Amino acid sequence: MQAIPETQMRRNKRSKLDRGWYGYLFIAPFFVVFLIFGLYPIISTFQLSLQKWDGLMPAIQIGFKNYARILSDQVFYLSLWNTIRIWLGNAIPQFGMALVLTAIFTFFRVRGKNFYRAVFYLPNLITATSVGLLFNLLLDGDNSPINQLLIALGVNGAPISFFMSKTLTSGLVSFVQWWMWFGYTTVIILAGTTTVDKSLYEAAMVDGASKSQTFWKITIPLIQPTLVYLAITSFIGGMQLFDVPLTLSNNLGDPGKAVLTVSMYLYNQGFKNFNYGYSATISCVLFLFIAVMSGFAYKAMRRKDGAYKL
Amino acid sequence: MNKPKFRFSALTIRLLLIFLTVLCAVPFLVVFINSTHSSLDIIKQFNILPGDSLKENYNTMQSLVDIWRGFFNSIVITVPYTLLTGYFGAMIAYGFAKYRFRFKNVLYAIVLVSMMIPSQLSIIGFYRLCLNLKMTNSYLPFIIPGIANATTVFFLRGMIEQSISDSMIEAPRIEGCSEFGIFNRIVLPCIMPGVATMCIFNFVASWNAYMGPLIILQRKELYTMPVMISMIKGLYVTNYGAMYLAVAISVIPIMIVFAIFSRYIIDGLTTGSEK
Repeated sequence: MQAIPETQMRRNKRSKLDRGWYGYLFIAPFFVVFLIFGLYPIISTFQLSLQKWDGLMPAIQIGFKNYARILSDQVFYLSLWNTIRIWLGNAIPQFGMALVLTAIFTFFRVRGKNFYRAVFYLPNLITATSVGLLFNLLLDGDNSPINQLLIALGVNGAPISFFMSKTLTSGLVSFVQWWMWFGYTTVIILAGTTTVDKSLYEAAMVDGASKSQTFWKITIPLIQPTLVYLAITSFIGGMQLFDVPLTLSNNLGDPGKAVLTVSMYLYNQGFKNFNYGYSATISCVLFLFIAVMSGFAYKAMRRKDGAYKL
Repeated sequence: MNKPKFRFSALTIRLLLIFLTVLCAVPFLVVFINSTHSSLDIIKQFNILPGDSLKENYNTMQSLVDIWRGFFNSIVITVPYTLLTGYFGAMIAYGFAKYRFRFKNVLYAIVLVSMMIPSQLSIIGFYRLCLNLKMTNSYLPFIIPGIANATTVFFLRGMIEQSISDSMIEAPRIEGCSEFGIFNRIVLPCIMPGVATMCIFNFVASWNAYMGPLIILQRKELYTMPVMISMIKGLYVTNYGAMYLAVAISVIPIMIVFAIFSRYIIDGLTTGSEK
């Protein structure tokens, strides 16, 4: 086998597989559809961000006026802060819980690991609008099931008007997001830990390392690429949050716009106020924000040990 | 010295896992149970056992809005979309995996980058495109993009490179089988498990899609399930039984899919992330 020179083998391979032309044919559908339904909307959104358009009259070029407007738009800043706050409020406990569960499943023999994994992951698959409405039904009103439960348990202050308080509403959106995503994060992190060589744990144990030392010093550094990937995708998804705050609140992000996210704001500007141009500007600014922040995050997390590729 | 500590933590672990299981399951249980109770029952007490008002709730629900219409509309979008992602995903992945051509790496980089683009942020451009193509109130803008599903391509390319050897393709080629024949008759059947896994994910994603249909579909009779669900509060006002039933109906298809395929789904997630 080794006697065959590599160049000859390569030439041999090429002559038989040299139907490259078909390669283009096979991949063409992707690029045709992507150009129309993927790339064109992006370019069109950018164009629109420089225009004023109400959907009926022809669009008018107005240069960077929309961008000037967004810089002094308090509602935009509020929605951006809401989005970031809701994301932090669910991402931190989500990663915390996922790491706790990972430690449990790595260091203890727990019966029914696959069952737990499946149950925790289930909320992630359910339609987000249904989840939002479901929790709204469970919580909203003095007679809601949760309030009845709280009254029965003799909790002080029950019944609670959850959706009259800005803090509670925002916290609940974070909670629902956490509920939907902690299982997914756990499954992915657990998958990352299966690539860790078991003998490393044994070696550490032999050297007298405790379980928590092993976890922080061996498991975490080795699954860092998985964590970076999850953190960045979670950020990208979190910044586009739309369905849950919409259906959990009264479709407007009330009380006092406490859970009005950027996506909700751009939807309202476009499809309720018919300022499509301004709505496109919000998209572009958020896009830029996501790109810059994930770029920084990726660089910062990568620099720490520079050795791996995502 | 070590033993009692371990026993304690074993108990806390068990309790934590049970607590999380309850937290994940109870909201669904409450929905299913309350969908069988009258609205009066629901506001009067916390129901633990099923009631007998399912039929009544069903009639109220259907008299106000036809939920099955939304269900049917969602199926009409989701099934062709899913089939397109599976078939074209495999075909495009095969093109990248087994052919040599110029600019392959650049073209594949475009596929990878398109995976990371926050697609919701080009929704205004998408809306304008649909206006220009006269595709508002049409399902095509949600079905056709199934042809260009980058995640499926990425996943299946890895699978083809691992499981299809070059000789498996060359033998039929020498026999005179066409390139598309090789793909359809040899490659596709071999990677069917992977295609099925991706199809499940794509089915769920398409079934759950909300913002696109909300914007493009303006005629009520075209609304998909998530769009209908988001409007239920306004439609049913205080008919809580009917609302719970509607939520239950929207949740059940996914639960059935998950009950049957949970293994594939979690394996798919796991292998996808290992790459």
